[in-house]
Amino acid sequence: MTLAQARNVVLPCMKLLRMSAVPILEQLHLEERLLRTSVDNWCIVNDRTNRPTIVMGVSGRPSELIELKSVLRDQIPVIKRFTGGGTVIVDDGTVFISFICNKNAISGLQPYPHPIMSWTGQLYSEVLRGFGDFHLRENDYAFNSHKFGGNAQSIIKERWIHHTSFLWDYDIKNMEYLKLPTRAPKYRSARPHVDFLCRMKEYVPSKSTFIERTIKSLGSYFLVKPFDLDDITTEPPCTLPHSTKLLSRQELEDAYSSQCENLP
Amino acid sequence: MALKLWASSTANALRISCSSSRPAFPAFSIFRSFSSVIEGLKYTGSHEWVKQEGSVATVGITDHAQGHLGEVVFVELPESGAAVAKGSSFGAVESVKATSDVNSPVSGEVIEINTRLTETPGLINSSPYEDGWMIKVRPSDPSEVKSLMGSKEYTKFCEEEDAH
Repeated sequence: MTLAQARNVVLPCMKLLRMSAVPILEQLHLEERLLRTSVDNWCIVNDRTNRPTIVMGVSGRPSELIELKSVLRDQIPVIKRFTGGGTVIVDDGTVFISFICNKNAISGLQPYPHPIMSWTGQLYSEVLRGFGDFHLRENDYAFNSHKFGGNAQSIIKERWIHHTSFLWDYDIKNMEYLKLPTRAPKYRSARPHVDFLCRMKEYVPSKSTFIERTIKSLGSYFLVKPFDLDDITTEPPCTLPHSTKLLSRQELEDAYSSQCENLP
Repeated sequence: MALKLWASSTANALRISCSSSRPAFPAFSIFRSFSSVIEGLKYTGSHEWVKQEGSVATVGITDHAQGHLGEVVFVELPESGAAVAKGSSFGAVESVKATSDVNSPVSGEVIEINTRLTETPGLINSSPYEDGWMIKVRPSDPSEVKSLMGSKEYTKFCEEEDAH
């Protein structure tokens, strides 16, 4: 047995699911199902989504986070996801990479928010070496002090998920659907979206370069095996304590009405 | 983070509950360098505590857990009357960027939830064993607590976890 083969025997397996243009709601439903019902480690890559969609964290309140009038006018879908964290607007310029792991999958890694975030920071630091001054700034991925990746996690008894939306590119007009959040990282320093964010495409040659390097870096921790979406059994989703949901137009209108009533 | 945990631990260790409306915790505790553990409670491997008082079990998350999670910004609790099962999730806490399931140490029926956590989720950080309690349960099988860890065992469990 070669050293490489011996090394592969020791590393845990990770199933790699590569997708393209899958709607973000469908991706989130899949991720929550795999987190709660699978016993395997997963890396899910979706190289873009099909239409601009706002995605809030589990405790997000539409009236506080989004410009409801324009969102209703332009019929932008709004999703509340099962993980924590802030609000993003995703579209065909967004790349999604998610890790779903058993709590003992990575040697020495405690299943808490900060250690998991640090581990991913190490991983992407290696991935992006040579392409820009990468930093894990509080809980964001940034080049210098410009954010290009937003993170969120969910930790259950024996497993965790860490997922990221990467701004490969974005339309500044879409950012106007989002309010400036009241809860923001210190390094943001109250900068508006256009001064706070940056586009990965200005630093990395191609999406495939980024994705392939990510998969390669994962190989230091896992034996990565490609998996097909069609091979995942289409069982009905189990009853989950908190689930990703698409907010209805009525819910958004009620939030807008409530907001208008509360105006001085 | 160590200083914050030490301060939290000291405050918890010295606080003596004398209000009849609050769970009556013992005046003494074991506290380690990084998190406090209260005598008289039982603990789970997923870092919840339970205090049995007659036919009522009060549940929350430990100082160790709140220290590792960070600032709690949102708490999701079941409704009164909901059923909970030992080892299964009954709710979640959100700290920055992460939701973390909270699991029930006992099976039974939820008879009260801590509504203060809606407006002040940070009570879980500042007072994990007292004001930060999460649910009260009427246990369906009081013998379930016997399989949980006592304070010394839980302290050792946390030390071993942090040593990795």
